[in-house]
Amino acid sequence: MALSTNRTVNQLLKPLTAAISATRCLSSDSTSIITVESSLPFTSHKIDPPSRAVETSPNELMTFFKDMAEMRRMEIAADSLYKAKLIRGFCHLYDGQEAVAVGMEAAITKKDCIITAYRDHCIYLARGGGLYESFAELMGRKDGCSKGKGGSMHFYKKESGFYGGHGIVGAQVPLGIGLSFAQKYSKEEHVTFAMYGDGAANQGQLFEGLNMAALWDLPAILVCENNHYGMGTAEWRAAKSPAYYKRGDYVPGLKVDGMDALAVKQACKFAKEHALKNGPIILEMDTYRYHGHSMSDPGSTYRTRDEISGVRQERDPIERIRKLILAHDVATEKELKDIEKEKRKVVDEAIAKAKESPMPDPSDLFTNVYVKGFGVEVFGPDRKEVRATLP
Amino acid sequence: MAGIIGRTMATAKLSNLNKFLVGSRVSASRTYSSAAKEMTVRDALNSALDEEMSADPKVFVMGEEVGEYQGAYKITKGLLDKYGPERVLDTPITEAGFTGIGVGAAYYGLKPIIEFMTFNFSMQAIDHIINSAAKSNYMSAGQISVPIVFRGPNGAAAGVGAQHSQCYAAWYGACPGLKVLAPYSSEDARGLLKAAIRDPDPVVFLENELLYGESFPVSAEALDSSFSLPIGKAKAKREGKDVTITAFSKMVGYALKAAEILDKEGISAEVINLRSIRPLDRPAINASVRKTNRLVTVEEGFPQHGVGAEICASVVEESFEYLDAPVERITGADVPMPYAANLERLAVPQIEDIVRAAK
Repeated sequence: MALSTNRTVNQLLKPLTAAISATRCLSSDSTSIITVESSLPFTSHKIDPPSRAVETSPNELMTFFKDMAEMRRMEIAADSLYKAKLIRGFCHLYDGQEAVAVGMEAAITKKDCIITAYRDHCIYLARGGGLYESFAELMGRKDGCSKGKGGSMHFYKKESGFYGGHGIVGAQVPLGIGLSFAQKYSKEEHVTFAMYGDGAANQGQLFEGLNMAALWDLPAILVCENNHYGMGTAEWRAAKSPAYYKRGDYVPGLKVDGMDALAVKQACKFAKEHALKNGPIILEMDTYRYHGHSMSDPGSTYRTRDEISGVRQERDPIERIRKLILAHDVATEKELKDIEKEKRKVVDEAIAKAKESPMPDPSDLFTNVYVKGFGVEVFGPDRKEVRATLP
Repeated sequence: MAGIIGRTMATAKLSNLNKFLVGSRVSASRTYSSAAKEMTVRDALNSALDEEMSADPKVFVMGEEVGEYQGAYKITKGLLDKYGPERVLDTPITEAGFTGIGVGAAYYGLKPIIEFMTFNFSMQAIDHIINSAAKSNYMSAGQISVPIVFRGPNGAAAGVGAQHSQCYAAWYGACPGLKVLAPYSSEDARGLLKAAIRDPDPVVFLENELLYGESFPVSAEALDSSFSLPIGKAKAKREGKDVTITAFSKMVGYALKAAEILDKEGISAEVINLRSIRPLDRPAINASVRKTNRLVTVEEGFPQHGVGAEICASVVEESFEYLDAPVERITGADVPMPYAANLERLAVPQIEDIVRAAK
């Protein structure tokens, strides 16, 4: 039962408060520019890092707060639903990592693509997905974003550039590089963010894909969400070199405080500009998940509760934005609390509605096997009983 | 009727060519000029690729040596010069990587043709073929379709040993979400490859190295650039009434020759070229068995859980009362492919095996 060493615990608990130094802006104009320094300078590999000074606005800070509050509530609600057995199978929760999702979204458009692994609920929300569609999918209902056919690990929103939702560790990285290939082939000035974890960072296919991305100058941005644990295995036990931003070797990399939405935004903006001109780049987001790997993992056998609560206290992404909002008089304490209450309500309503929604029709067992089925006969478990023709 | 007679005559003449099959790449014999134009399978595939790439700018080819080398088996010859390096991509030897990239490009809406130098190497990428390609349309309830073709030589070549000789028809044929095609003649090759490229679903296209150099007559219709063959439909290559022989790819040629021999002994065999492993043309197979009442399945691959096993099960389920005898399976031997020529010959079906089974 390996626990993280003191060295890594200290690295995880870099204090939040020391980092907020910003020019005070007393204007309440929602689009006025506020410049905030990121919590830490960016560490880089084979590239000059972007500036620590991030431009934001009251609007953007409020959007960050609202979106992250909604994501946080959704994941916590999913925890309860899973324990109530309304969600089955696998459920991998993202609470703690919200800043990566919202920061990335702030730097890009819906024409840029995102692909990730199975911890995908919040990325789906960030890309414009709905709470109702999320809960319906988690509970296996026909109104789910994948009509109940996918489940927690298979959320997609192609029209917003979200390509899932993948269950096989590491597979999404070459797929994401393929998306960037298609973007370049189609002569579009857009990029793909292929997200993966510290566990997947050692996958061979990642390096195979990265090699081709670099050879062909593809606009691919590999984003390692380093939450320091690949399931139950701490990064230092899985990787000889846990400096994931350097693992691209000939591909430049940037290490980013993934709990700081503004730093994430700055890094993603920088990466997009780079990728469009110079090909692939790796972003390592130093982040943390409060839950275990999945709902079947308590998350406390391989790390201490002190570590978890320490990160929550020192580095929570929502708290960081709350402090910034208050420091800049963008909103009052009460207004923020009201937003959180509102989000709680919205999530509860979505769940109530999803609970009432119907399961898929039995005939849906046989739909979408192919786009074009040629009227071929398909069988259920008893070949003489359940049959259908594929359209 | 004339068409069938013409075809059986052509295959009889081809039996001389088959003696030169092992290890060589013999191109078209011009001994008879009366038949329609002849084309090697290699040229058939090449022309199909060329025409589909010309017709749809979203189609591109990716694989090892497909560009500057002109294709390991010259199937992609000339395509780099014609379409440029953006559409004909030479990859490093990284199947998992480039197959994933191909599937990702298909997610976005392009139409990749991924070449595996042989399907043995597809095992390095099989997760992308099954989990990333075959299942995506279903898991996403139709949002993410994958219009990709995975093609390359499948099955035994000559003397290439155990790691380079496996037939993957049964494995890929088992997976819902995939379509699996296996052409035999040049018309099959042209028509099925064109259909595969145009198809919106992932298609595994199993070619055969030893067939690449073989010539077949092609009709004027098949030479037209809009030609394609339906997916999921088998073809009766030879009509008969005493026994049905099903086969695909190279074994179709063997089955036809076996039918010739049987014919001399008064047994009329119906040879079915499956063309499509998935969807399997169960109606055609069953209709044939209901007519002849006997079935021999032929394949090159391993026997257990093979294509023949599936055909046998289907016939037993659908046409049990029509069978006058148990179904016979002729398959590759249940061993890894040996190298020694005599052992290799024993590991792969021979024409005598098919004849014996039919009797």
